[in-house]
Amino acid sequence: MAATASDAPAGTPTLELRDVAKSFGPVVALSSASLSVDAGSIHALVGENGAGKSTLIKIVAGVHRRDSGDFLLDGIHVDFGSTSDSKAAGIAVIYQEPTLFPDLSVTENIFMGRQPLTRGRRVDRAAMHTEATALFSRLGVALDPRRPAQGLSIADQQIIEIAKAISLDARLLIMDEPTAALSGVEVDRLFAVARSLRDEGRALVFISHRFDEVFALCDTVTVMRDGEYVATKPVAETDEDEIVALMVGREVGDLFPKTPATVGEVVLEVEGLDAVGQFHDVSFQVREGEIVGLAGLVGAGRSEIARAVFGVDGYERGTVTMHGRPVPPSNPRAAIAAGMAFIPEDRRKQGLVTDASVARNVAGVIRGGLSRLGILTEGAENRAASPWAQRLAVKTGALDMNAATMSGGNQQKVVIAKWLATNPKLLIIDEPTRGIDVGTKSEVHRLLSELAGQGLAILMISSELPEVLGMADRVLVVCEGRLTADIARDDATPESVMRAATTSLEAQR
Amino acid sequence: MSAAQSTEPSTPDAVERLVEPSRQPRGRRILTTVLRSRELAILIVLLLVIAAATLTTPSFLFSSNSWRDLLLTPSILLLLAAGQAVVVITRNVDLSVGSVLGLTAYLTGRLFIDTGLPVVAVILAGLVVGMLLGLVNGVLVAFGRVPALVITLGTLYIYRGVVLTWAGSDRINADDMPRSFLRLGTASILSIPVLTIIALVVLVGVGYYLYSARGGRELYAIGSDPDAAVLYGLDVRRRVLAAFALSGALAGLAGVLFAARYGTVSSGAGTGIELQAVAAVVIGGVAIFGGSGTVWGAAIGAFLLVTINRALPIVGIPDFWQRAVVGGLIIGAIVLDRVLANRTARKLTEAREDA
Repeated sequence: MAATASDAPAGTPTLELRDVAKSFGPVVALSSASLSVDAGSIHALVGENGAGKSTLIKIVAGVHRRDSGDFLLDGIHVDFGSTSDSKAAGIAVIYQEPTLFPDLSVTENIFMGRQPLTRGRRVDRAAMHTEATALFSRLGVALDPRRPAQGLSIADQQIIEIAKAISLDARLLIMDEPTAALSGVEVDRLFAVARSLRDEGRALVFISHRFDEVFALCDTVTVMRDGEYVATKPVAETDEDEIVALMVGREVGDLFPKTPATVGEVVLEVEGLDAVGQFHDVSFQVREGEIVGLAGLVGAGRSEIARAVFGVDGYERGTVTMHGRPVPPSNPRAAIAAGMAFIPEDRRKQGLVTDASVARNVAGVIRGGLSRLGILTEGAENRAASPWAQRLAVKTGALDMNAATMSGGNQQKVVIAKWLATNPKLLIIDEPTRGIDVGTKSEVHRLLSELAGQGLAILMISSELPEVLGMADRVLVVCEGRLTADIARDDATPESVMRAATTSLEAQR
Repeated sequence: MSAAQSTEPSTPDAVERLVEPSRQPRGRRILTTVLRSRELAILIVLLLVIAAATLTTPSFLFSSNSWRDLLLTPSILLLLAAGQAVVVITRNVDLSVGSVLGLTAYLTGRLFIDTGLPVVAVILAGLVVGMLLGLVNGVLVAFGRVPALVITLGTLYIYRGVVLTWAGSDRINADDMPRSFLRLGTASILSIPVLTIIALVVLVGVGYYLYSARGGRELYAIGSDPDAAVLYGLDVRRRVLAAFALSGALAGLAGVLFAARYGTVSSGAGTGIELQAVAAVVIGGVAIFGGSGTVWGAAIGAFLLVTINRALPIVGIPDFWQRAVVGGLIIGAIVLDRVLANRTARKLTEAREDA
């Protein structure tokens, strides 16, 4: 599995993907993605959230199988059924979220499944530790190879992943946002390692949202948008503006009709919120009738902020006030009592009892008020639920229909109905239209706009740039756990938001 | 992040501190590991229990019979606990072992009565049948993607149903089985019962595999994070299948030895022992969510469980409290696990952030 061993004629790319498509049920993740990576080069793959980069990588890694399209390694068609196939072909992937075994030692994590063996077929721990130590000194990090992986920072976990890839002697190394959690020194070290791997003739794919890094490290850049290949450019012949334009490259039409509403007094005020490792010094306000968009890249800390405000998770410092009254931390009940409603990102998991009826779901939050002598009757549930269901035009045959069988859009409406029944003053909604088809999407948007018009304050987290730009009166941009911009509706453009979302802290330090 | 990284991570001091544990001489490192291990803690509890019982009633330890009983009684549970530990390490559980034991114990008797097979063949038959029953569990768990708790709860009833139907009110008696076989259950070598020796051999084998073989290490990896194991390209299904097959085989062996030890087998043999096996594993420090623990801990846990059950009446503790003590032990072990895990996690995080 030598890095340069290849019988293919010179000039054949190490990795080539042509018109690859992949759908998950009705959701199209990739429609026609292409990527061509040469040996001895570092290739950047960029694109917005949801452009399909991660899906593409997972196809190369053998996690997913493509629906159609060509997949060639050294000019030979391949088809991976599992991750071990891709490993055997010399491909190493470092995922955004490191995948380590917390209970096992750092060394075991590096060598799991291919530990060196002694003559008696025993795992050779001494050899493993020696090699791990050598790997870490090559990477220039001080990590005890015997300590368990549990408790390591993301940066350290990343280092272990890289050590693993190097020890695999991979000829194609794919890194999905490896620098997101690294400090400046660590990034420099990683880049030095990446360059030396390139000089050994290996091919590297580097996914990053930090353009300064793309330009500092990479030779070529491929841009993806909405599951499609957009363009490939040599880094030397392009600039940041062109890449940003290629990434967003679509018109923000009137798809999302936000009707202007009179903005009233401050409903939610967050000040100096701080949670170690998640977000820092977050302060903002949301007013009556205002939709505030919380934009940023996946993993920037948007959902974490929302969860802390609502009290699902704790925070170390800072205050949350509703209508001037402080809301105690880590107490969702108090948050609900103060008038907050929270619709999480994954509604199947967190917001909806999918195995229960629509009525029961809608009535779920206000149950206390509905029950008589502690007994909750179906009739009371239905009575409470029906006005909401009608108002939101939930398309269900009957209120006793099971929520699991409904479409994503209708499920979302049920969740919204559920919370509106508590008569909230502030609605926090995380990814309101994820996994919802286009038609229902605009209905959800119309609903949110209407609710804001009636004076509800809305904090909307969204990874979809057009949605943020179309819906929000104000856009707050989060980058690496900090608010990096507060952009008024009129000034918000794809470019300005994208720039604020990718302005790494390093650049500011 | 900022606090952790505002200080240079690579100052010589920090490096020194971080790599320190590895720089310790090998002997001292091993000593520290042993002293801090869960296994030692339970072993001490076990010794205390034995000491307390012996102080109250010296014959608890100091009579030839009681020494034998001390070693002999836990032996069958030891086998079950060893298999259970392997399964629990993979983040599964095998509740069917009691029924497998009952089935193979009755099978043993029937084979002697109906076929007159030699002793060795009967032992092998018990082992193989147990393994097949375990394989059924494994296939359902690994391919059916149903939680092991549900699957093995189902097979617990099914396997027991098979014995009940097959045996009815029939009972295997000592007379039905050859002398040489029954002697297995009572004989001793150098004052150590043969059953105990068999259990120890199994323990050493399983312990060696878990610690030193690639396959054993992969079992830990699977239990530690099943999704990561898939991304690593480990053959998760095959390993889980093997773990259940092993647990079944050991339960089968335990069934054969049960027949040899007690001489009588009814359709209810081994009822409820699966819970003792799980309890032994948990008390022994195998994390119920997989990924950590050793078969040694599970063995000492089994030993402790059985010994406590024998010691408490001697110390004069009434029946209700005997059960409560066992329950308290289980809950205590889990609480201790959580506390220790949290403390270690915090320590490990701090060690890194201080750097």
